[in-house]
Amino acid sequence: MEALIFYPLAAVMVLSALMVILRKNPVHSALFLILAFFCLGGMYLLLNAEFIAAVQVIVYAGAIMVLFLFVIMLLNVEQEAASPGGHGVQRFWALVLSVVIAVSLISIMTVNVFTDEKGIYSPEMMSEAGNSEMIGRALFTDFLLPFEITSILLLAAIIGAVVLAKKKL
Amino acid sequence: MVPTSHYLILSVLLFSIGVLGVFTRRNAIVIFMCIELMLNAANLAFIAFSRHLHSIDGQIFVFFVMAVAAAEAAVGLGIIVALYRNRETINVDEVTIMKW
Repeated sequence: MEALIFYPLAAVMVLSALMVILRKNPVHSALFLILAFFCLGGMYLLLNAEFIAAVQVIVYAGAIMVLFLFVIMLLNVEQEAASPGGHGVQRFWALVLSVVIAVSLISIMTVNVFTDEKGIYSPEMMSEAGNSEMIGRALFTDFLLPFEITSILLLAAIIGAVVLAKKKL
Repeated sequence: MVPTSHYLILSVLLFSIGVLGVFTRRNAIVIFMCIELMLNAANLAFIAFSRHLHSIDGQIFVFFVMAVAAAEAAVGLGIIVALYRNRETINVDEVTIMKW
């Protein structure tokens, strides 16, 4: 059952990610990226991470991508001008490098070096207690300090964005 | 049940596509979107390990990564808007000097 959803979703995700980097128009790239993020939200549901799936759709596909689209439309960037040549070599080496990265990472990831020592949050326990509740508990007990630091980070980002958007830089 | 390694392979594929985009595209906004793609690939690996190891720490980490990505998007897009106002371009080939 999981496989029935996983493989089509994975195919759509990889294709839309490819479209993000292949389309010349940045608006199309942004829309395909939103599609990829929705598929990723579906993956999180398959992996029993309901809270993260909801946050993915609300924060990423909602807030962040709307921000991207706003900026693209605000700047009125026309289609990327055809590069005046000289990028063919760079394209080739970029392709080689990303294939090398993919192959080396896959060979690391598929070697079974990961311990089978399981934690206490088994899928059965999670579905019984509720995913959001467990995350909330962990966030406000074990991870309280990082959580508070996140608020400072967001405050710094707000101030930074306002300063950058000032009329006179 | 889909094995964890398939999720990890998918995550690696997404990451490599992001890397390829950063290296080949010239538009600063598209480069930025590819960085978001790479962050999300890492998130997928985190969640897959979180299920594999029966642990919740991966999901907490993804939560923090999302907070950092939101902050990064706000500041980064602010920088791009400021760049466009000063130089009238967001083509990274034309923005190769640090100070003008």
